[in-house]
Formats: sequence, structure tokens, C-alpha cells
Amino acid sequence: MNVQVNPTGIGASVKRSEDARFLTGKGRYTDDINLPRQTYAFILRSPHAHARIKNIDTAAAQQADGVVAVFTSADTAKLGGLPCGWLIHSKDGKPMNEPKHPVLAEGKVRHVGDPVAVIIAETLADARDAAELIDVDYEELPAVINMDAAQTGKTALHEVAPNNLCYDWELGDKAAVDAAFAKAAHVTKLELTNNRLVANPLEPRSAIGDFNAATGEHTLYTTSQNPHVIRLLMGAFVLALPEHKLRVVAPDVGGGFGSKIYHYAEEAIVTWASAQIGRPVKWTADRSESFVSDAQGRDHKTTVELALDKDGKFLALREHTLANMGAYLSTFSTAIPTWLHGTLLAGQYTTPAIYVNVKAIFTSTVAVDAYRGAGRPEATYLLERVIDKAAKETGRDPVELRRLNFIQPHQFPYQTPVALVYDTGNYQASMDQALKAADYAGFAKRRDEAKKRGRLRGIGVCAYIEACGIAPSNVAGALGARAGLYEAATIRVNPTGSVQVFTGSHSHGQGHETTFAQIVSDKLGIPIGNVDIVHGDTNKIPFGMGTYGSRSLAVGGSAIAKAMDKIIAKGKKIAAHMLEAAEGDMTFENGAFKVAGTDRQKTFGEIAFSAYVPHNYPLETVEPGLEETAFYDPKNFTFPAGTYVAEVEIDPDTGVLDIISFHASDDFGNIINPMIVEAQVHGGLAQGIGQALFEHCVYDEKSGQLVSGSFMDYCMPRADNLPSFSVAHTITPCTHNPLGVKGCGEAGAIGSPPAIINAIVNALSDYGVTHIEMPATPQRIWRAMQSVKAKKH
Amino acid sequence: MVNVNLTVNGKPVKAVVEGRTLLVQLLRETLGLTGTHVGCDTSQCGACTVHVNGKSVKSCTMLAAQADGATVLTIEGLAANGKLHPMQQAFHDHHGLQCGFCTPGMVMSALELAQHNASPSETEVREWLEGNLCRCTGYHNIVKSIRAGAAAMKAGA
Repeated sequence: MNVQVNPTGIGASVKRSEDARFLTGKGRYTDDINLPRQTYAFILRSPHAHARIKNIDTAAAQQADGVVAVFTSADTAKLGGLPCGWLIHSKDGKPMNEPKHPVLAEGKVRHVGDPVAVIIAETLADARDAAELIDVDYEELPAVINMDAAQTGKTALHEVAPNNLCYDWELGDKAAVDAAFAKAAHVTKLELTNNRLVANPLEPRSAIGDFNAATGEHTLYTTSQNPHVIRLLMGAFVLALPEHKLRVVAPDVGGGFGSKIYHYAEEAIVTWASAQIGRPVKWTADRSESFVSDAQGRDHKTTVELALDKDGKFLALREHTLANMGAYLSTFSTAIPTWLHGTLLAGQYTTPAIYVNVKAIFTSTVAVDAYRGAGRPEATYLLERVIDKAAKETGRDPVELRRLNFIQPHQFPYQTPVALVYDTGNYQASMDQALKAADYAGFAKRRDEAKKRGRLRGIGVCAYIEACGIAPSNVAGALGARAGLYEAATIRVNPTGSVQVFTGSHSHGQGHETTFAQIVSDKLGIPIGNVDIVHGDTNKIPFGMGTYGSRSLAVGGSAIAKAMDKIIAKGKKIAAHMLEAAEGDMTFENGAFKVAGTDRQKTFGEIAFSAYVPHNYPLETVEPGLEETAFYDPKNFTFPAGTYVAEVEIDPDTGVLDIISFHASDDFGNIINPMIVEAQVHGGLAQGIGQALFEHCVYDEKSGQLVSGSFMDYCMPRADNLPSFSVAHTITPCTHNPLGVKGCGEAGAIGSPPAIINAIVNALSDYGVTHIEMPATPQRIWRAMQSVKAKKH
Repeated sequence: MVNVNLTVNGKPVKAVVEGRTLLVQLLRETLGLTGTHVGCDTSQCGACTVHVNGKSVKSCTMLAAQADGATVLTIEGLAANGKLHPMQQAFHDHHGLQCGFCTPGMVMSALELAQHNASPSETEVREWLEGNLCRCTGYHNIVKSIRAGAAAMKAGA
């Protein structure tokens, strides 16, 4: 545990400094920015799921009121395609099929919403009006929606991908798994889907391109979780612009959840178009547009089998999954169903043999990529569902079956059969804490009491693990990543002792400006008000890989800690000179450099001043100034883990469900700001419960139209759909980063869907229901009850 | 084009707008009051909630012309003399916001609830918020904030 000595230091629930601007309407989101001589872009998108473009006639639109320019692929085909950042190899060793992802459709459209033309005008209304004058002659082609049908080869979306296959990947020892299944006392099999979701951050995406012909500098303001990544991908692969002439700014960003990681066509379009017309170009999605252009999440169709011996020990796990890529490969799409999914299949358990095969399929739908949790919710869901089903089939308590198979604390570091080495954890401890909070022991009584009221009560448990803090660059590179995954930080100590931290992490709701300042306040012993966190601008920050995969604190925070170590080391040299002591005798604590064992000291502020006014200073050996940069490349992933317990009640007449309680126990390692961490869990739980009960992105199988394309059709969780949550934590500090932290952003979304579905299946156990698909709407619950009822008669 | 005269955050405003201009467009684009946000196009999310003549209104569902003669209060008009309104303060104290995008709408909506019901229960707050979406907080801390804000407003009244 952290000893709390500094009220604004590590472990304190410091109120957020960023709140002031957001609470008073002074936030500065991309769409809030307006530049002189700004124009507005409207993007004409495909109304068809799959069609050949025979002709585009833009003549009338070019002449319309207010129109500055109209562009189609005739203008942009010379640009590079939007790149995919992760190369996957199929099990036969061949590289994945990787079709071009053009910024504007070239020859064909492949999903509803595929951008076809861009109209730039004096006002958005002018641009919209002119778009109606564009005549696109489409020859409709069959939509490819169903992943099974997609593989038959009748309709190929891309020439380079026969049978719409992107890759056919595997991980694990198939022979060992098959042998284990052959001798198993019991095999539990489950077929399930992981429903397609839309991230839906409340702020729609927006981008402004601004080219300065006099300096040759291109500036892009964009709703991004990682502005440097956008600069690299767009500059190097799409527009061929050198980094020093391309500035990417991600100002306040209204939530991301993964969907704002990726490099999108609109970013390239506004940046390129601004240089064509010599004026700033602004584009902001409306929500309908977000639904057909933001990368979507999950969408797996899975068969999983678990082999157990007669005592209930897991012998092996086997999984076959079809993963929907959508029409094009989004930035990190290919890594999600593979390395972020297959490697998590050991869960918290000692399963000795695991095999997973994933076929990634192109369909005429919006691209699918990471959404909060990214691969790990899929792994956790299938694992925690099949374990519950196995418990039911073998007459065991689901908690006891889990405990029997847990990796024990003395087994760490633990090598799983699917590549990862867990550094630390204590799974019994979080299980104990969650069960106690949920009064698991008292459930039978509550169930019986509910039955008297005519209600079906169920309890569900999920023990999750995730791999966060992505990622060791050499490991990621060996697995196909086309980038490093370190993080950078610069600490600038100003002459009067205030500190600016330039971090490559990006905050879009996570509260970095507070959490990171706490680390600095704690380590440097200075008031938190003297610390500013600067992020989101490639011209200010040395470099950055950004925020996703619960990596900001574990990787970005560690870079800050490392840069502070350099500051302190330099400060000791300066202080030693000023105090006429040996450098080796200097200590630094509570904001003062001291000669060990004496009362001679210099404060942090005195050293900072001396560094910039170096009169009494070791100029022969130490440079003036006090500014240090560090890059931190993690040694391993971090492994947050925990147990969630959900309790639900169902009205058997209607299938309507109430969440009675939800208890979370998480192990995130050391915690910097408990208030922020708990709220991250709340938000994750809401999204996970949303997946389990409400959210479903649906395409019509015949027409390929997006059926759930607005907030009226796509059910976002609302306040009255959710309970208050009970959130607690246990702590095993991460062993390999300087802060001992693991990351907390995704856990809630990973652990909650199986807990909810397990609770529902438990509630319906008297009806013989063994599985229910997500989202478990009242209608689905009611139908599940009726179908089994009907079978019985 | 239409002439509109209204009072926004206590100050008289004159503007000439197209007939199709929404109130939220007048606020954001003409007046530069960008604290009011647009999160959807179907009047579902509530990020654009402001007060018109004392009632919370989704400013994306109202034409600017319809606000002629009205008194409008936006998030920018809430803090007085550099001091947060008790409801804003409660959101800060109870960590009722993360990315901040839904926050202005949440605060403006909560204000009207507190005016009707000085001590709303958790259930009452949750039901009241049916017109406001948040994707970050899971509503947990928003509910806490609104109850605390209502209590603070009552105590200060």
C-alpha cells in the first residue's frame, strides 16, 4: 500500500483540475475551433453496402452556391491508402490479405457510409445542398453480411481476398489439446456470438485541416486518442508529408473508447484538401455519420470447448472463431481477434493446453477495430461462459470450479500456454472480496424470497484477466506490430520551480492532468498547483504512442517517472556542488536535496533557479537548465484481474430484467487516484452491461443496410437502466514498472458481460436455459424461456 | 433571414439568422458559446440542453427564430463572480464528469430537476436523466453529484 504523506500525492483522491473548464463551458473540443477563412466539408457516402461506381457526375455540384471544390477518387487515387498497423500471418505462414483502404472509394463501395466524394463550401448547409446535386451511377452488387456465407466465394469484396478471407490464424499446441480432449472425463461445448457494438463517445469525430502556404506547414486538429500516431500514419503512408511540416493537435476530446485511435479518411481528406484550396477545411460528423464511419467493435462468432478431468481440473481449451473485419482493415483491427484475444484464453486458470483458430472475414460493413477491452472481452466472455456451463453440467458450484483451477499466488511469474507471462496476481483474494461484498453465501435465501414474489433471481460470477500496458516493443514487433509501443515524456522545470510535463499519453476523460500531476507532486515534493500536464499536440510533445489498452499510467506514467529520475539525478549534481558535498552523499526527499546525515540542504526550487542562473554551478561537468526527456518501453504487459458478481431479477411474464446489485473487485496494482480509478470502473461496467443487455449493431443480411444507425435504434445505456455499483480493490503491485501500476480503463467492460449473462442463465436454470445471446433483451429472455418450455411439452 | 432578439446569460443579443438555424447553432456558431454541445442528430443525447425561459430544453430541437424574445441560460452563464454554481461544484466534488462533453447538458438538466424537487431520490434522478446520455461515467457519480447539488442548492436557498 502507498503511505499517504502528501495530500496531493500518490494514493489521494485529488479532485480533478480539468473539471473547471468542462464545468463552465470552457472546454475546447475540435468542433469548438473555428479558423479564419474556414470552409466546411460534407462527405457524400455510399447508400449501398456493395456496389460498383460506374460514374460520378459532379458538374452541377461544382457550380452550386457557395461551393469551393468537389473531390472524388479521381483526385485522391494518387494518395496512399489508410494503413493497417499490424501484420498477421495465417497458419500456413502467408501474410494476411491486405486490400487498399482508399480515402475516397475507388471503383467500388464496400459498406453503407463508404466515402465517395467530398464537397467543400462556404457553409455546411451549402456543402450539404450541393451534395444532393452529385449524381453517382451505382451498379448494385450483393451485400456480404453473414460471415459463414462470406466464405463461400460467391461475392468477393476485394480481389486480393478470395472467399473474403483476411487471415486464418492459430495459436497454441493443437496436438496437445486434441490429446487432452481425447482423455477428458467431460467436455463442455458452447457456441456463442460476441455482439457487434458501436463505441459512441458522446463527442462525434471532427477534423480541421489548415495549410499554411508560406511556411509549408500542415496542421490537423482532430478528435484523436494519439496525435503522433496520426501524424506518422497520415504523413508517412497517405499524404507523404514529412513530420516537421505536419502538426497534429488533439485538443479536448470527448471520449474515445478505442474508436478515436485509428487514422480515418476524413483526417487525410481535410488535411489534403486544405492544401488544394488554400483555406482551412472543417469536417464534423453528425451522429448518423458516426454510426456508418467510426470503427465498430467485437463481432465474433465462436465455438469453444473445455475439457475437464473427473475432479474438475481444466485439461484443455479449444476455440474456433470467425472475426468480422468489416469492409476494410482499420488501424489495429487485425491484432484484436488474434494477439489481444488468443493470448488471454488462459484467464486466471492453469489450463495446460490451449488452441485457438481465428478466421478474419471481410464483410460489407463498417470496419471493426478495438473497442474498450479489445479482444480481451471476447476471450473473457467465452471462457467465463463455458466455465459456468461446465460447472452446471458437472454439478459443481461455479465459484468452486474456478477456485479449483486458479493460478495460485506462489506460481507467479506464471507462463501460460498462450505466450504470456503473468508477473503477479492474487485471484483468490479478489474472488473472496467480491463474494463477501455480494453476500454470495446468502444468495439462496434471496432467490427463494424472490420466488415467493414470482420473480426469478440469479447470480453470476466472472473472474477476468486482461493484458494491459501495451506493449514491449520487441514483443509486439515480433508479433507483427508495425510500430513501437513505448511512451515518451519530457519534464521541464522552469526557473522558479514550476513544472510542465509533456506526455505522449492523451486524456479524453481519464483525468491525466490530475493523476500525472499527483505523481509529479509526490515524487518531486512540490505543490500540485505548480505542475501542468501538457498533451495532445505533436509540436509540443517529443513523441507519443497515445492512450488505449489501459496503457497511459503503466507506460506513459512510467515515462514520466523515468524522466523525473533524470531530473533528480541532475539536481543532485547541482546540489552537491552548491553544498560542497560529494554527489554520492546527496539524497532527495520531500522536495529537498540533502547531504545525508546532516541538516544541510537545498530545496527543489533553489536547484531549479540555480540551473537557469548558473553562477554557483558545476559548469565544467553539468549543463545549465533542468529539462529531461525519457522514453519508457515496458518490459512486459501488465495483468489487471478481478472478480465481478452480478445479481439480477427477471419478471417471468415479460422477460424484463432488473440488476439488483453489481459488485466489482479489481486488482489494478498500486492506485494513484482512487476516485478516478473507481469512476473508470463505473464507466467500463456501464459499457459492459450495455453490451450484455442493450447494445447491438445490426445490419440487414440482404440489403446490408445498418438497421441500428441512430440513438433511437441503437440502445445506449441510460441512467435508469443501471444500478449504482459497488467497487473495491485488492492490490498486488506490478513487478516491472516503476509505479507498480497495471491500468484500470478497460476492466469494467471486460468483466461485466459474462457476469451478467451468467446471472441470467442462473436465474433461468429452472427452465433449462443453458445459454442466452447478448444483448439479452427482455424479448430474448422471454423467448428463451418459451422455447425451452415448448420443448418440454 | 430572420431577426431574433433574445437574452442570453443576462445579456441582450441581436442576430440575423436563416430560418432553418437551430438554437444550438445560434449559440455555438453565431455567439461562440461552445459550451453547449451537439452529440447526436435525433434529440436523444441531451448534450445541447440549455434553459429557455427557465425550463431545460434541447437546443437542437428548437429553431433560433422560436427563441425570439426568450431568456436563455447556457452553461457559460451559470458560475457567478468566478464561483461555481452549487450544481457545478457538486459535479466537481463528486467526480460527476470525465470527458466533459455531456457535462453542460447534464448540469443544465439537473438544475431544472433541483428546482422542482429539492431532495430527489436516486431513482428520481435516474428517471429524470432519461434524456441525457453519458458514455463515460456509468451515471454513478452523476447521480451522486446531482443529489448533492440539489441539497446544496436547498441549503443555500
